Amino acid sequence: MVLPPYATLGQRIWHYTFLVICGLIFFFLIAPILTIIPLSFNAENFFTFTPGMLALDGDAYSLRHYRDFFQNPDWQQALSNSVRIAPAATLISVGLGTLAAIGLSQGHVPFRRAIMVVLISPMIVPLIISAAGMYFFYSRVGLQGSYLGVVLAHAALGTPFVIITVTATLVGFDRSLTRAAANLGAGPVRTFFKVQMPLILPGVISGGLFAFITSFDEVVVVLFVGSAGQKTLPWQMFIGLREQISPTILAVATILVAVSILLLATVEILRRRSERLRGLSPA
Amino acid sequence: MLDGTGAFVEFDRVQKSYDGETLVVKDLNLSIGKGEFLTMLGPSGSGKTTCLMMLAGFETATHGEIRLQGRGINGIPPHKRGIGMVFQNYALFPHMTVAENLAFPLEVRKVGKAEQESKISRALGMVQMGAFGGRRPAQLSGGQQQRIALARALVFEPELVLMDEPLGALDKQLRETLQFEITRLAHELGITVVYVTHDQTEALTMSDRVAVFDDGRIQQLATPDELYERPENSFVAQFIGENNTLRGKVSAIDGGTCVVALDGGGEIDAVPVNVAKVGDPTLVSIRPERVEIDPQLGPGAHTLDAEVLEFIYMGDVFRTRLRVAGRDDFVVKTRNRAGQTRLAPGDKVRIGWLPADCRALNV
Repeated sequence: MVLPPYATLGQRIWHYTFLVICGLIFFFLIAPILTIIPLSFNAENFFTFTPGMLALDGDAYSLRHYRDFFQNPDWQQALSNSVRIAPAATLISVGLGTLAAIGLSQGHVPFRRAIMVVLISPMIVPLIISAAGMYFFYSRVGLQGSYLGVVLAHAALGTPFVIITVTATLVGFDRSLTRAAANLGAGPVRTFFKVQMPLILPGVISGGLFAFITSFDEVVVVLFVGSAGQKTLPWQMFIGLREQISPTILAVATILVAVSILLLATVEILRRRSERLRGLSPA
Repeated sequence: MLDGTGAFVEFDRVQKSYDGETLVVKDLNLSIGKGEFLTMLGPSGSGKTTCLMMLAGFETATHGEIRLQGRGINGIPPHKRGIGMVFQNYALFPHMTVAENLAFPLEVRKVGKAEQESKISRALGMVQMGAFGGRRPAQLSGGQQQRIALARALVFEPELVLMDEPLGALDKQLRETLQFEITRLAHELGITVVYVTHDQTEALTMSDRVAVFDDGRIQQLATPDELYERPENSFVAQFIGENNTLRGKVSAIDGGTCVVALDGGGEIDAVPVNVAKVGDPTLVSIRPERVEIDPQLGPGAHTLDAEVLEFIYMGDVFRTRLRVAGRDDFVVKTRNRAGQTRLAPGDKVRIGWLPADCRALNV
């Protein structure tokens, strides 16, 4: 942003004040995340910066908390649970959410808005209420304390994200393309996989990513619906914070931040590529 | 070729309503012969696109039957009809290259790889886009995209191709080039084309026959020259080409000619088209280029007084606006030939025409 030459003194002052405010907001959002990264390399068993760390002494840093994460059976069990539950929940969310979004984008479906509100509700209703409801319901049908129960619960939480992102992609989808495909002889199934799916894929992928992250860092529902056998990473972090206060949590958090950044970057690259293919931006 | 039994495409008392109350298409009967280039022409909302969509299978007829080669197709889904179609917005698949777009209908039909390639290169050759197989649609101009869309509609060799205002988004010059190319291809390949447009020039230059739509009905179905020279009602007369209309009442009628007393004063001769008896109100219609100034007509011919309001030099023609029988939007076109008098505003002239060029139509 460049100031025009005719800017008054007041406008200049406001311009720089505005930049400072933006910087402060940015700092407020990002500082807590950035602090944990150096802290996770702490050589001591503390949550604070030691004098040695502040002096940038190499001996004050170590990878011991990372080693702990990869060697401690509790953490490994939690990691393997998360890695099993999140992808399964994501797959279900993506499947159901994509189909729901496509169905709800058809003009002839009755009560579209009402159905949409119901499907989106897990995102709006306070998590603790969903969790309590699921607890009682899943206990009745024998799903409480099972992998399937946790997967289904997380799928329900992730589906709204997929519906929203896919619906957004479908708004820009040219309906005459499906007509053209039908006219050229393709049945509905082929039209879906060869024409519609490739074009809405960016929406499906980013929805899937949100669903994955929802499941991967969800702690409330899993506490209710799961049992010790389905202890996930966030659950283990929650316990670690309450009972052990071990900086291993910081190492785990750092790893999760890195994974999230990687995933988001992948999605952004995919999105740009698809926009280029669709001719929305120059090659 | 055009009798009911040999028709290639047939609309039989077809009606269409979207809301169950108002009919968008009212009682459509139309036979299209094999190899014919038929244009559905009409203003927007006249039902022409709905008819095309019913033929393609994207809309269902509320009543009546549509037949293709004598077989009812109401119950056949669009992907099993084997009809080619060119869409107004091209509808090329953006995530596929040009060649992949053309291969799509062939893959569906399980055509072998080698045959696919020869068909694709032949189709691209037909539209002079042979070198563009590897490009994506976004890398092509509008005219090029429409050529590809045309090639894609032809590549699987359908006998019937539908075109929904395919040139609507292109500039004038490109439109004229493509008009010519589409007509040439249609005749070379012997395919039947149903073409929808609201551009009357396009309809007249391209078609074997034109169906003029208005208000959900075909107002006239005729060859371009018939349509232009012998419109059957006042809608067609006004819609096709430039036209002067004068309001009046029939004052004498005798077989092939009638005399019309104009509301603004004066009498003229006309051909009665859909007026039956003396006293019927009528709109007489006369083309600007058929009006003669200071005419040398036979004895007994009626002429009218006119006052020149405006004279426009347009190069090949002169366009003169006159006040005639109380109306000041009467236009006369005269060819710019040697010795042609150039009128000036305020000049008083007499105008007339051959009775055969003037048609007395319903109001």
